[in-house]
Amino acid sequence: MKYFMQDLWRRFTGNRRALFFGYVLLFVALALLPFLLSNTVGRTWVRILDFALIYAMLALGLNIVVGFAGLLDLGYIAFYAVGAYTWALLASPQFDLHLPFWAILPIGAGMAALFGVLLGAPTLRLRGDYLAIVTLGFGEIIRIFLNNLDHPVNVTNGPIGINKIDPISIGGADLTKTHELLGIVFSGVHIYYYVLLILLFLTIVICVRLEKSRIGRAWLAIREDELAAQAMGINTRNVKLLAFALGAMFGGVAGGLFASLQGFVSPESFGLLESIMVLCMVVLGGMGHVYGVLLGALLLTVLPEILRSTASPIQRTLFGEVYIDPEALRMLLFGLALILVMLVRPTGLWPAPKRRTVIDQDIVED
Amino acid sequence: MSLLELVKINKNFGGVQALDDVSLTINKGEIYGLIGPNGAGKTTLFNVITGVYLPNNGGISFDQQSIVGRKPYQVALAGIARTFQNIRLFQNMTVMENVMVGMHANTSTGSFGAIFSTKSARHEEKMIREQSAKWLSYVGILTEANNLARNLSYGDQRRLEIARALATKPKLLALDEPAAGMNATETEELKLLIQRIRNDGISILLIEHDVKLIMNLCDRVAVLDFGQKIAEDVPQRVRTDPKVIQAYIGGELP
Repeated sequence: MKYFMQDLWRRFTGNRRALFFGYVLLFVALALLPFLLSNTVGRTWVRILDFALIYAMLALGLNIVVGFAGLLDLGYIAFYAVGAYTWALLASPQFDLHLPFWAILPIGAGMAALFGVLLGAPTLRLRGDYLAIVTLGFGEIIRIFLNNLDHPVNVTNGPIGINKIDPISIGGADLTKTHELLGIVFSGVHIYYYVLLILLFLTIVICVRLEKSRIGRAWLAIREDELAAQAMGINTRNVKLLAFALGAMFGGVAGGLFASLQGFVSPESFGLLESIMVLCMVVLGGMGHVYGVLLGALLLTVLPEILRSTASPIQRTLFGEVYIDPEALRMLLFGLALILVMLVRPTGLWPAPKRRTVIDQDIVED
Repeated sequence: MSLLELVKINKNFGGVQALDDVSLTINKGEIYGLIGPNGAGKTTLFNVITGVYLPNNGGISFDQQSIVGRKPYQVALAGIARTFQNIRLFQNMTVMENVMVGMHANTSTGSFGAIFSTKSARHEEKMIREQSAKWLSYVGILTEANNLARNLSYGDQRRLEIARALATKPKLLALDEPAAGMNATETEELKLLIQRIRNDGISILLIEHDVKLIMNLCDRVAVLDFGQKIAEDVPQRVRTDPKVIQAYIGGELP
């Protein structure tokens, strides 16, 4: 967010105070957003916003693998599933385990990272289409495993899924319940919104810092030319595995939060279509550009919901009855939007700006 | 003092014997030229040295250590930097970033340091920037620092590739046809650059088609033909070697 605001304000003012003012404004706006939504269009929209934030985190994770390191991963949702099921198994009546969230979150992240390496290791030599096929298979394997692990030993409850997953609770206070603080009533979705916002903010900071670091440059180098990257002394095997692991880690965290917010997981939430959806967020937003990906994720989660809630009423007022089912319309418009963006803006809605390395002016003049 | 020593290197692709018992030695501080007609095995030899290909048999020692079987990145870490015949820059990164990638080998910030932006990480990053800028000005393209690599002119792309290779702090710089496609002025500038690099203590292996450049620049020259080394000597003597003339124009000069 920091760099985003800096860019924005430098363009308009170039003023430090304006920059600070921008931060405060953004902070206040984000803090008030759920109240604004629940008082105007209803509390459901705060929930939709929660999911948008989870997807944003997911898309940013995938962006590390696809956008930075250039490794086309079509099975990314598997890591989301690993995170979600880790949370579900460690904090639900399934095994009667109820670990606190601060323990599960790192475990889930670690599990997902481990699976990231497991997927990464055998695919190191593959690129492009071939890698896509293998990762696609991996995603399906995880889903099918979850679907069938109800016998001989029941681990995942199979297709029925796991129910009554513990929400995040701090000091015994269940965050999905309504709480009152300083006279302000916070409902569960509100509190989750803030938790997710903080975690998303951390994700953004981590992504931006990684991208601008030695590791980030190594990823970009591999994306641009693997052989040349090796000739620079980059251990491409380790650096690629790191991309898989870190990307998967964010997927795992997002999955855990999804499980706790939803209170229920089942294998059908982790199909191929979900993987493709997350990939679309990355590609549509602007592959390799953190804020572009963020935009893509928010658009692709919020716009369909707006459509869902308005398509029927609009048709009714215009034509007197509903001709096109909103669900069908959604896919139609989504497909159309994809084609349009790829035709008009093939690098995404908000691609990475022409990359500038800020070098000190005095070095240049030497 | 030998820096790189190749002993009876063999490499065949299926039935084609690309390298046949090639032995050669490059000394410290030397500019060593490698020439030969098309298909003689120059680039294959180059790829064997840099770890892209594994030789079928034979030994390679660099700086008194065997480097046979090492991966390209390990060879780079050992101190052999290379450029590519068909320029391979990181096209969508800036000129500066290309060189910064070259600094990868001699720096150590990991993901932890990057995420938490530790003091040592910030310090190292600053050092990387300064060093990279230094290398850019060394080859004379510092003013292009913020441009994308793909927008550079052809000659500047060649320079950038050399700067990027130098950033890995090599002991031996291996250049694969650096003058290909250059005009006379650019070639002359390249010659001066290569001499300057050598004077700064880096040995150079030069593959080139431009015979004039090789003759003007190299301390010693080896000639490959059909995978065999047919001559190795100072340029003046190689030029008059009947076997070399035979290989290049198919017979004695009248």
